[in-house]
Amino acid sequence: MLSYALRRTLGLLPTLLIIITLSFLILRLAPGGPFDQEQTLPPAVRANLEHLYGFDQPLPEQYLRYLGALARLDFGSSLKERDFTVTELIRQGLPVSAALGALAIVLALLAGLPAGIGAALGRGGATDHLTTGATALALALPSVVTGPLLALIFGLTLHWLPVGGYQGGSLRYLVLPALTLALPVAAALARLMRASLLEVLRTPYVRAARARGLSSAAVLWRHALPAALTPVVSYLGPAIAFVVTGSLVVESVFGLPGTGRYLVQGAIDRDYPLVMGMIVVYAVLTLLLNLAVDVIHAALEPGARHA
Amino acid sequence: MPEASAAGPWRSAAERLAASAAARAALALLCGLVLFALLAPALSPWRPDGLDWQHLAASPGAAGGHWLGTDRLGRDLLVRSAAGLRLSLAVSVLASLVSLAIGVSYGAIAGFAGPRTDGAMMRFVDVLYAMPYLFIVIILTSLFPRGSLTVLFVALGAVGWLTTARLVRGQARALRHREFILAARTLGLAPAALLVRHAVPNLLGPVVAYASLAVPQMILFEGFLSFLGLGVQEPNASLGNLIAQGAQEMSSAPWMLIVPSGLLVLLILSLNLLGDALRDALDPREH
Repeated sequence: MLSYALRRTLGLLPTLLIIITLSFLILRLAPGGPFDQEQTLPPAVRANLEHLYGFDQPLPEQYLRYLGALARLDFGSSLKERDFTVTELIRQGLPVSAALGALAIVLALLAGLPAGIGAALGRGGATDHLTTGATALALALPSVVTGPLLALIFGLTLHWLPVGGYQGGSLRYLVLPALTLALPVAAALARLMRASLLEVLRTPYVRAARARGLSSAAVLWRHALPAALTPVVSYLGPAIAFVVTGSLVVESVFGLPGTGRYLVQGAIDRDYPLVMGMIVVYAVLTLLLNLAVDVIHAALEPGARHA
Repeated sequence: MPEASAAGPWRSAAERLAASAAARAALALLCGLVLFALLAPALSPWRPDGLDWQHLAASPGAAGGHWLGTDRLGRDLLVRSAAGLRLSLAVSVLASLVSLAIGVSYGAIAGFAGPRTDGAMMRFVDVLYAMPYLFIVIILTSLFPRGSLTVLFVALGAVGWLTTARLVRGQARALRHREFILAARTLGLAPAALLVRHAVPNLLGPVVAYASLAVPQMILFEGFLSFLGLGVQEPNASLGNLIAQGAQEMSSAPWMLIVPSGLLVLLILSLNLLGDALRDALDPREH
C-alpha cells in the first residue's frame, strides 16, 4: 500500500513537468507582454525592465532558469504587485480558497450522500421523485446564477448573511459561497450514490445476506454501502477539479480575497510569474488530491492497484 | 454496408426517444427557447443595442412597451436576452462541434493504431486531463484579443475534446476485431477509408449521447468566462455577460439578473433532460 502511494507520487513528476512546459509555452508565445498595458514606456526604460526580469534572454534559457528556480520553490516576484513575491500573494489567498473548497466538498457530501441513499432505498416513492427532480434542477443551476441569486435572497432581501467580502475571515462570509459551489456537486453525488446503491442492492450477495436473515439495516451498512461507495469515491477526483475551477467564479461573485483573482487578473496583465505560480500550485494541488482519491480507492478495492 | 446496419438501431432509438415524456417536454422547451432567440429580435420594435433614453433601468411591465424592463442604458431586456441566448447557443454548439471533430478523429486514430502509438496518444490525453483546463481556457481567452468569438469557441472546443477522445478510442478498440472491419481490411481498404466509411459510423451512438451533454457544458463555460469578463464583450450580449451585469445591478434592478438567469437555467435544464433521454434511448441495455 505504502509503496503504491510512493510510486504514484513519483509518477506525478513527469505530468507536472509537461503541464509546466505547456503552460510556459502558451503564456510566452501568445501576443502581448507585461509592459504593454501601461502608457508607452521609453525604449531605454523598457529594455532595462526586460533585462531586470530576464525577458531579454532566449526563451529556452528563461525556461530552464524558471525550472531551476521552481526546484528551489522560488516562484519569483509579481510584475504588477511590485512589493510582493508570488509566494507571498499565494500564501495570502490560498487559505481562503482552500477553506471555501473544503467547506463546499463537506457540504456536498453531507447533502448528496444521504439524499442518494434515501432515494435508492425508497425507489419509485416520493423521496426518490423529489431527489431526482431536485438534482435535475440543481445540475441546471450554474454558479454564475446561484451565486448572485443566493446573495440577492439571503443577503440583500432577508439580511441573514453578508452579500460578500471576507472581513476578519469569519465563517459567515463563506456560507453562501460554499453553498453555491456545493450545489451541483451534491446533486451529482446524490445521483451517483442512488444509481450505485440500486445496482449493488440487486447483486446476489446482498440477496444472500438478506436470505441469511440479516436485518435490512445490517445488510445496508455492512454489505451494500461499502461496495456502493467505490464509484462515489472515484467521482471525488472530478468533483475536486470542479470545485477548484468553480471557486474562480464564486470568489469573484462574493468578492472573496482568494487566489482566483490572481489567475484572471494575472493573465490579463501578462504577469508571467504570478500566472505560472498559480498554475503550478493548482496543478500540484489537483494532482495530489486526485492521488489521495486514488489511494483511498485502492484501499477500498485492492484490484484497482494494478490498473 | 454500414448504412443498412445502422438504420435499425437509429430508428428504434428515435422511437424510444419519442416515447419518453421527459424527452418530449424537454424538446418542446428547447424549441420554444430557440424560437424565442430567433424571432424576438425580429418581431420586437427594439434592437438589442438600441437605446431608449426615456426608459432607463425600467422595471418589467412599466411604461414604454418594454415587457421585461430595460437595463441602465435603456436597452430592452427581452430583445437583449434573446440576442444573448442566440449567441450563447451558437458559441456552445460551435465549440461542441470543434471538440467533437478533434475528439472523434484523435480517438479513432488512437483506437485503430498499434499499441505503441495508442499508448503514447492516450498518455498525452491523461496528462492534459490533469491540467486545470479551465485555467488554460482563461489564459487563452485573456491572451488573445478579447471579445473575439473565434478565440472563444476554439478555446472551449480545444479543451473539451478529451472525454470524446477517450470514449471513441474505447469504442474503436472494441470494433477493431469485429468481422466487418476485418473483412474490409482483407479486401484491401486503405486505413483512412476504413476509418471514415466503417469505423466512425459505428462509433457514433455513444458519441452523439455524449455530445448532447457537452453542449450544456459549453453553455456553462461560456457563461463562466463571460461572467469573468473574458468571454463575450459589450455591446454584444450573451447570457453570461448579461448575468454579470445583472449581478452588478441586482440591488436596484433585480430583473436584470433574474431574466437572463432564468433563460440560462431553462436552456441547460432542457438540454440536460434531452441529453439524458438520448443516452437512454441510444443505450437500451441500461434499462
